[in-house]
Amino acid sequence: MAGNSRDVKVDIKGVRRIFTGGEIDVVALNGIDLQLYDNEFVCVVGPSGCGKSTLLNILAGLDKQTDGEITVDGGRIDGPSPDRGVVFQQYALFPWLTVRKNVEFGLRNQGLPERQVRETADKYINMVQLQDFANSYPKVLSGGMKQRVAIARAYAMNPSLLLLDEPFGALDAQTRAQLQADLLQTWEAEEKTCFFITHDVEEAVLLAQRVVIMSARPGRIKRIVDIDIPHPRTQETRLSQEFSVLKNTIWAEVYHEYLTQRK
Amino acid sequence: MVSMRKRPLTPKEKHDRKMTIVYTAISVILALAVWLTVSYPGFKSGRVFAPPQKVLTAFEEQAKTSLIWVHIGASVYRVLVGFGLAFVVAVPTSFLMGWYKPFREIVQPWLRFIRCIPPLAFIPLVIVGAGVGESAKIIVIFIAAFLVMVISIYGGVVNVDNTLIKAARVLGANDRTIFLKVIIPASIPYIIIGARLGLSSSLTTLIAAELTGAQRGLGQMIQEAANYFKMDVVLMGIIIIGVVGLLFEKIVSIAERRLTAWQETREM
Repeated sequence: MAGNSRDVKVDIKGVRRIFTGGEIDVVALNGIDLQLYDNEFVCVVGPSGCGKSTLLNILAGLDKQTDGEITVDGGRIDGPSPDRGVVFQQYALFPWLTVRKNVEFGLRNQGLPERQVRETADKYINMVQLQDFANSYPKVLSGGMKQRVAIARAYAMNPSLLLLDEPFGALDAQTRAQLQADLLQTWEAEEKTCFFITHDVEEAVLLAQRVVIMSARPGRIKRIVDIDIPHPRTQETRLSQEFSVLKNTIWAEVYHEYLTQRK
Repeated sequence: MVSMRKRPLTPKEKHDRKMTIVYTAISVILALAVWLTVSYPGFKSGRVFAPPQKVLTAFEEQAKTSLIWVHIGASVYRVLVGFGLAFVVAVPTSFLMGWYKPFREIVQPWLRFIRCIPPLAFIPLVIVGAGVGESAKIIVIFIAAFLVMVISIYGGVVNVDNTLIKAARVLGANDRTIFLKVIIPASIPYIIIGARLGLSSSLTTLIAAELTGAQRGLGQMIQEAANYFKMDVVLMGIIIIGVVGLLFEKIVSIAERRLTAWQETREM
């Protein structure tokens, strides 16, 4: 089963991010220390504006910390890398490319031979069960289907670290449940370290091995909760006693932070 | 690139199409009725507007000597050359403005300044500089079309969804790939809007330019006919300009459908 190995994959030490240039300097992250282990699934929850997305952007190489150090597999982050895949909340599919061409986009950037590009794309389009839509443009897809394409596109690059920024936030409850189940299944099958940001505490408990609770701005880590519910997990996992206890504990902490922020 | 499967029309779509034809017919009939009314010889407006029959006769006469085709040809040629040159220059200018800040900061004040000046105001300068020949008209059209196109296309280039650029970056795209595979395709709808605006302002400017002096061309034809009070020829010229404009619009629409089939459109 995935997630047993305890080798450190990502090491975040004393990371601060201050946005300057506005009327006042905004401290988005204020001293983050966190380690992600190989093939671990970590969810980050916290009130809006707590810096979750900033942390993800730094890990993706799309932003840079003001202080502190981050290593991935022992190396510093220097810009984006195909080894760190990102799934955005707004899907970010290229609307002028078909589903297939979207999935092939990153593979082509790597200069792989045509046959390999096509075979890899096929594999991941099949994985998200969109083979019937391979030649369709994103405009004909529903929100859930678009996000499946985005997930296939990220997976096709075979990243060892997958960064997901509230990927299911814009979807309705049923679609969201379906995609959570699919993501769990994929993660259980293909070992990857997942760093998953969400607003939804229940989603975090269902997916994660550890849930990181962040405090209101300036963002710090308030508490890390281990989710000892064994895998494979399904939607039925939600019904267990253990699940509700964890969910309620985390929810109370997040809500407390939300109230703090409002004051 | 993509084979769009042709599916049979649903009854609602069939009905919608039928209604479109009916409404278009009503629209044309109403316009003709208005025309017939205002051109009624007993009305005062009858002196301004020639009736359809007379306009048609005027057209037949001009077509017999094929003079009309010379006029249309001259005007369309000027529009296409002026617009074509403007397009070829406007597209790279817009991308440079969107991509390189120094270039933008230098060029933008010029554009802001020039866009307030009607292109026709340049005619005296152009005539002194380039004479009264073809190039003078083409230069004026160029100025008019270039300005509207740069403003519209640049607006598209700078509004490319930043998430798409981020997505391309994390998928291993370098600056070159981002430019070619993200910025350019994302800007195509705006390029088409620019082309549409550019073509219509080319036509407007051209006719105005021809009215101030030309050997041939639709504007010149109208001007000359007006001097002899041949209102049937004037009205015919105006209608032909409208038809030419419609044809340009149709060509742009076909290009748009081919190039931006991927675009999300609102359901009406």
